[in-house]
Amino acid sequence: MLIAHLHPHKKYHKIQHMEYSIEIKNLTKKFGDFTAVNDISFNVKKGEVFAFLGPNGAGKTTTIKMLTTILKPSLGEVFLHGHNVIENPHQTRKSFGIVFQDPSLDNELTAYENMQFHAILYGLKKEVYQQRIISLLALVELSDRKDSYVKNFSGGMKRRLEIARGLLHNPKVLFLDEPTIGLDPQTRNHIWAYINNLNQQENVTIFFTTHHMEEVERMAKMVAIIDHGKILITGTIEEIIKKAGTKNLEDAFISLTGSNIREEAGNVSKNQMRISNKLMR
Amino acid sequence: MIAIYILWLRQLKRFIRKKTSIVGALGQPIIFLLAIGFGFGPVYAKAGGGNYIQFLAPGIIVMSVLFTSIFTGLEIIWDKQFGFLKETFVAPVFRFEILLGKTLGGATVAMIQGILVFLITLVAGFQPHLASLPLAFLFLFLVAILSSALGAAIAARLDDMQGFPLIFNFLVQPLFYLSGAIFPIKNLPPVLDVITKINPFSYGVDGLRFAFSGVNVFPPVLSLGVLCTATLIVLAFGTYQFSKVQL
Repeated sequence: MLIAHLHPHKKYHKIQHMEYSIEIKNLTKKFGDFTAVNDISFNVKKGEVFAFLGPNGAGKTTTIKMLTTILKPSLGEVFLHGHNVIENPHQTRKSFGIVFQDPSLDNELTAYENMQFHAILYGLKKEVYQQRIISLLALVELSDRKDSYVKNFSGGMKRRLEIARGLLHNPKVLFLDEPTIGLDPQTRNHIWAYINNLNQQENVTIFFTTHHMEEVERMAKMVAIIDHGKILITGTIEEIIKKAGTKNLEDAFISLTGSNIREEAGNVSKNQMRISNKLMR
Repeated sequence: MIAIYILWLRQLKRFIRKKTSIVGALGQPIIFLLAIGFGFGPVYAKAGGGNYIQFLAPGIIVMSVLFTSIFTGLEIIWDKQFGFLKETFVAPVFRFEILLGKTLGGATVAMIQGILVFLITLVAGFQPHLASLPLAFLFLFLVAILSSALGAAIAARLDDMQGFPLIFNFLVQPLFYLSGAIFPIKNLPPVLDVITKINPFSYGVDGLRFAFSGVNVFPPVLSLGVLCTATLIVLAFGTYQFSKVQL
């Protein structure tokens, strides 16, 4: 199963079989008697763009938290570029970058200082990060606000800064939890073009969630749909549309997950999660 | 180790940028000096204690360091709520380094605040032995590290500020009031005597008083030992707490 882990430093010009970027086996997370993620298993190949879809509260963010070492699974295993996420979180952390669903900037610092903080935590040298921060800020069009306090930024500007920050240390896997939330179409296009480029040029694995199906259709090679903590389906976009027997991905998504509107329970505390669980029963 | 530096620097920047809170934090020590210092001064002198400001000043300095440190440590709760802690926790940095960076940052900030209060006590008539200033700073720094680590360790497992009054009223206040900061810890009722002796901050106040005025209850070496030991215990506890944090 884990042959891939024997060659962690191997150059991967081409996607190779058994060379997975993310391997998830029987992953489960329970909060009290509420099962947020229920025995999910799937793999993501190196260099793949993988869309992880599901309605609000389906278990997407909980899964991402477990993949990124900040939440301990109740059961199951995760490997990220060959590192056992649960047993070896420290090594794992070097290999991925993440843009969280919720804000995670220090409002009392400037844009540059937020980037610098990140760079130093990831052990980048000054010559390297100075240059890279400048070019990433240019990419997200925040160069002129380099020295402004983040507390004076709009929601969209904060989002762009977070994306720039997630790219700073050249991760091998990039997790993007609803990265384009609150962004205008121009910025969304811009950022997806960059991420696409990153994937093509540097073979960075992209694992993202979104509610915009056109982003999935444009970007993703593989898709998994999760609901009530269970994986409903995985496959290419064509496969999913075919299996659901619909015209497009959005219809397939709705037909698979039902048309009920969900309570947002993605990032609430465990208590609130239990309450919303009770409401759903 | 560079991670510790940047965590420390962040704390310092945040502190320096909040000028109103620096000034605000001086209010309480000033009130203590005025109301308690000058208010109880005559009674203290009549009881044969001598100059009360001379006695009280080290206690007030410890107070400002203790409060500032613990609150800076508790800022981790804000980091949690505003999501910044996630950014720190997904980085390839050991939890122990995060704790240490936070603790050193909080301690440095508290030292600045403590030095400002020290200057105010000079205005109020406090006359310290300037020769032993380095020793005084050493004691003060140990108090700062201990309380900053304590704040961080407590904050690690709290999700919001609702537990704050509990911490303030049942931990921070008793640690200060029962440390001999405002009254001598000799000839106390037995219960109070025991409490003041197991309170590590009593040794901080006593050590500082020794450095400043040459007056002490505990041998200074014992005070240093107690402060260092307590700090190590709290850091170990904090490391454990940090390792358990789930976001």
